[in-house]
Amino acid sequence: MNESIERDHIDTEKMDPEFVDAIVAAGADRIRTCIQCGTCSSVCPSGRRTAFRTRELMRKAVLGLKDDVLSSPDLWLCSTCLTCLERCPRQIKTTDAIIILRNMAVKEGYMLPQHKKTSKILLETGHAVPIDDKNREKRKELGLGEIPPTVHADEKALEDVKKIMKKTGFKKLIEGEEAGSEK
Amino acid sequence: MMTEAQTMSLFLGCVMPNRFPNIEKSLRVVMPALGVNLEELEGASCCPAPGVIRSFSDPTWLALASRNLALAEKEGRDIITGCNGCYGTFKEAIHAVQEYPDRLKEVQNILKDVGLKYNATTDAKHIIEVIYEFGPENIKKLVKRPLEGVRIAVHYGCHLLKPSNLRPWKQTQRPTFLDEIVEATGAESVKYRDKFICCGAGGGVRGSNVSVSVDIAKDKLDSVHEVEADCILNACSFCHLQYEASQAQLNKESGEKKYQIPVIYLTQLLGLAMGIEPDELGLGMHMISTKPLLEKILG
Repeated sequence: MNESIERDHIDTEKMDPEFVDAIVAAGADRIRTCIQCGTCSSVCPSGRRTAFRTRELMRKAVLGLKDDVLSSPDLWLCSTCLTCLERCPRQIKTTDAIIILRNMAVKEGYMLPQHKKTSKILLETGHAVPIDDKNREKRKELGLGEIPPTVHADEKALEDVKKIMKKTGFKKLIEGEEAGSEK
Repeated sequence: MMTEAQTMSLFLGCVMPNRFPNIEKSLRVVMPALGVNLEELEGASCCPAPGVIRSFSDPTWLALASRNLALAEKEGRDIITGCNGCYGTFKEAIHAVQEYPDRLKEVQNILKDVGLKYNATTDAKHIIEVIYEFGPENIKKLVKRPLEGVRIAVHYGCHLLKPSNLRPWKQTQRPTFLDEIVEATGAESVKYRDKFICCGAGGGVRGSNVSVSVDIAKDKLDSVHEVEADCILNACSFCHLQYEASQAQLNKESGEKKYQIPVIYLTQLLGLAMGIEPDELGLGMHMISTKPLLEKILG
């Protein structure tokens, strides 16, 4: 056998038949009708310059290659421009499918460090992009309130937002999961 | 006919008040002149971002978005936003709870704990929607400083237009409403390649894969450079950030200063045409100098 040449094959045990059911249940209801035409990949701005192929992601999802899909860094190259969703000839909600897959990935512990950082900032401040000193100054100079009238200016509101993020499990998802990965 | 004045809750989001307060300033100065009184939406949080936070936890995204909407509902007003991302979040969040009663119940249960009622009766509008309702014809009447000879590369962005079944625009492909608003100032909306392409900032791509993100932005910057437009015109605080910051970064990487295209926010442009002073519109606080454009307009 020539070991340097290997034919790609899919191991049966890697295929999780329940995976696609879960994606459908979460809202990407037409994903099984995908005909692999590649329209999604052809209109994808990220796909123009990277190896990210939406078509491949859809196929693997339908085949139930759960671990392969959820651990793929490519999953995070979609800028959610929604062009593929608009153009899909099967009306598959491709962008929704990607968001569903991302939610599943995060639950499984796959999250990029920068995204974890943004989530922590949201947990702490109620803003994904909070105010900084430079922009406080700019606001003053412009005659706007130094602090915008958002959760930044209202402790009770921030407490409410934190309470909600605790109740939805977001705090545990972000902070708890990190404790697990720091073995 | 002038549209009657209306009062709306201004949803600021994150990027506008915390990174581009100059845009916020122009919005606050110009919108009342277009018949919209802005009330503060006190205690509002991140929308949260439709491609980032929603990608991590859809239930958290829906709960926080609904809280923001509930704050406006309490005041009996609709939300107005100047960010495509925030707009996308609210449109999709409203759809989710109106379409799926279980999700509304889930959200109501969560909001009850923080003393909020929510019945999903509040709508969210983009500033462009409200400005277009005011109408290009009425804008023409307010123009004191016609922007004749100014060549503008109009950028719509993504979540403003898509998914088209959840958006109010009649024309789902190659719309013209923003071009019509821009041309009401006397300026010309120029044709350029890939006009409807994504800025590349969304979906958490700018945050985690900045080189890919900037490379997407570069496509449009090159097209705009090619047709020698005087500026890029946008109405989304995140697209605005992307086109300003990406030019600065591309210049830094190349050691050249090729990318010097002023990035102008819609209410800044309208304000200029209405005769408002550039400083009042925050035009002196850009990452990419607006001076060449201002010189062309003010002489």
